[in-house]
Amino acid sequence: MMKLWTDFLRGLWKENPTFRLLIGMCPTLAVTTSAANGLAMGLATSFVLICSSTIVSLVKSVIPKKVRIPSYTIIIATFVTIADLVLAANMPEMHKVLGLFIPLIVVNCLILGRAEAYANKAPVHYAIADAVGMGLGFTWALTLLGGVREVLGMGSLFGHALFGANFTPWVIAILPPGAFITLGIMVGGMNQLTAYLDQRKKTSTRRTVSGSSVAQ
Amino acid sequence: MKELVLLFFGSAIVNNFVLARFLGICPFLGVSKEVNTALGMGMATTFVLTMSGAAAWLVQHFILDAFNLPFLQYVAFILIIASLVQLVEMFLQKTSPALYKALGIFLPLITTNCAILGLALLVVLKGYNLLETIVFSLGAGAGFTLAMLMMAGIRSQLQFADVPKPLQGSGIALLIAGLMSMAFMGFSGLIAM
Repeated sequence: MMKLWTDFLRGLWKENPTFRLLIGMCPTLAVTTSAANGLAMGLATSFVLICSSTIVSLVKSVIPKKVRIPSYTIIIATFVTIADLVLAANMPEMHKVLGLFIPLIVVNCLILGRAEAYANKAPVHYAIADAVGMGLGFTWALTLLGGVREVLGMGSLFGHALFGANFTPWVIAILPPGAFITLGIMVGGMNQLTAYLDQRKKTSTRRTVSGSSVAQ
Repeated sequence: MKELVLLFFGSAIVNNFVLARFLGICPFLGVSKEVNTALGMGMATTFVLTMSGAAAWLVQHFILDAFNLPFLQYVAFILIIASLVQLVEMFLQKTSPALYKALGIFLPLITTNCAILGLALLVVLKGYNLLETIVFSLGAGAGFTLAMLMMAGIRSQLQFADVPKPLQGSGIALLIAGLMSMAFMGFSGLIAM
């Protein structure tokens, strides 16, 4: 149970695919022009990631080692086709906005990376916990990035205007350079935050250790 | 002829694959620490891009369209790319060991480069003919190589710069890419695509 929980949490913060590992960068940068787009992309990727990790973990003993990468790729491509057709049928507008980047989920290194690094070694429930964590980690990162760019570039969040008519949108934030710069600053901020948290943890444990030794 | 030249520069510079279309970001950030490796990666990618662009065009027109199988497009294309990369690897190993040695380590990485699958899907979407597809692919490869080389050049100078600690590594690379992308925006609208 404990291991299930750590497998799940790993993707959310400590090995967050976007801010920590910087994988799956193409969709991250390309579609996050608004919070809703980021959320939709994150959920579509999570769906493919969870399904393919499950299947890879189930069939891992059947696939010969030499052809594992092509086999995983085909499993992933199948689920991407499903996601693509479902999105096209139910959310045609979102399908149009995400466009080319839905088929490109096939080559998102995050999905193949988890299949190769984790799902083909772990039992199926651990693989699912890991995939759900990584998928949610990817989704929150994309939604946050999309939200920041939408607020700066259009003055709205999830389509709701936040500021009055006097607000001049900072259009560069939703253009390609804005994607790189916003993500760069956010990665820097995350590193700073982690360093600060580590520092605080270290000093607080030191304090308790010295405190207990005094008590003795 | 004039259209083909415009198509080449359009895909290389105006709509640069890396900086304007966000395709191939992973190698752009990952393999751009030295100029020589960046050049090798760029050349290997251009090679595979052109071959797979043409192959995808042929498969789309003579198999998928002919037998009305559009839903197999993603599976078919990714298979073409993966097997083509393998084929190129074996071919180079036999015929030109020197080139194989130079490109060798990059070839397996190319399968998961989104620029390759992205280009294959784009040429179908835009309805190019075979010649246009090849020119477009060459332009895309040239643009990718250009962006990789510029990034590697800047990053090798960066070793002497005093970068704030949280931004070291990927943070500063993303900021540089942002500035480069801003510079490339100056070309936008030059050629209508």
